[in-house]
Amino acid sequence: MIPISWVFMLSLSLFVIGLFGVLARRNLLFILISLELMLNAVVILFIAASRYHSASIANSDGQIMYLLILTLAASEIAVGLSLVVHMYRQHHHLDIDKLNKLRD
Amino acid sequence: MLDNMLNTIFIITAAIILISALLTITAHNVVHALLYLVITMLAVSLIFFILGASFAAALQIIIYAGAIMVLFIFVTMMLHQGEKSLAQERHLFHFSTSITALFLSSMLFFELIFMLFLTPTDSANSRVTAPSSAIITVKDIGTQLYGPYSLLVVISALMLLSALITAIHISKSPVTSEIKTKADNL
Repeated sequence: MIPISWVFMLSLSLFVIGLFGVLARRNLLFILISLELMLNAVVILFIAASRYHSASIANSDGQIMYLLILTLAASEIAVGLSLVVHMYRQHHHLDIDKLNKLRD
Repeated sequence: MLDNMLNTIFIITAAIILISALLTITAHNVVHALLYLVITMLAVSLIFFILGASFAAALQIIIYAGAIMVLFIFVTMMLHQGEKSLAQERHLFHFSTSITALFLSSMLFFELIFMLFLTPTDSANSRVTAPSSAIITVKDIGTQLYGPYSLLVVISALMLLSALITAIHISKSPVTSEIKTKADNL
């Protein structure tokens, strides 16, 4: 019997760590990595909540939401990494503070 | 006895997750950050096993720690320039530039802690059932997925297709297309 407040605690801490990464890093690759951490925190919360309501009929809802979040993460990473490659080709660095113009 | 063991394993795994996540976002070398991220993913999959979601745990290892990390490592291998990018990264991220972000995120963290632990709650509801209560098989998930959730499957397929088209369109090299239009004009 794992108390649900422990899972909450873990998920919130992981989310805040990811948020700190998004706020503090200036490298685009590290921002994508921090987004992955935040998605993982949300996923832990989904699965713990579906175990918490396991007495009801639809207790596999958490894993279905996990599948959808996994699809979302995969497509987000594909688009984000192609943006990283494109940015590196144009600017030869990954500093997002230099991206302040809409066109070259 | 089993409860105590599960609780201990949960605490150790949670500590591994938090420490490797902190190391991930504070590393200067992208390759080190990715290796710590793989450790985080594996520990998260252990958490899923403890919570009784074995299908999600298997998918976490196969897709996150396998496919997505391989994608990251390929891009890093294309872009990494050794000591030069390390020096660039040390210039971009050090502790003095991240004090504001640390302050904001720790404020959010303490707010969430306050909401969780310092507000009165119903203590009878504060437990997750152990994995021995009911086992969710892959068949259950499949029945749910192609029954009431079939619209979501179609929508996620459309999302994957659009992500594929976007990635191809963005990463098409602008130089070669320029040459091609020049050749067409000639």
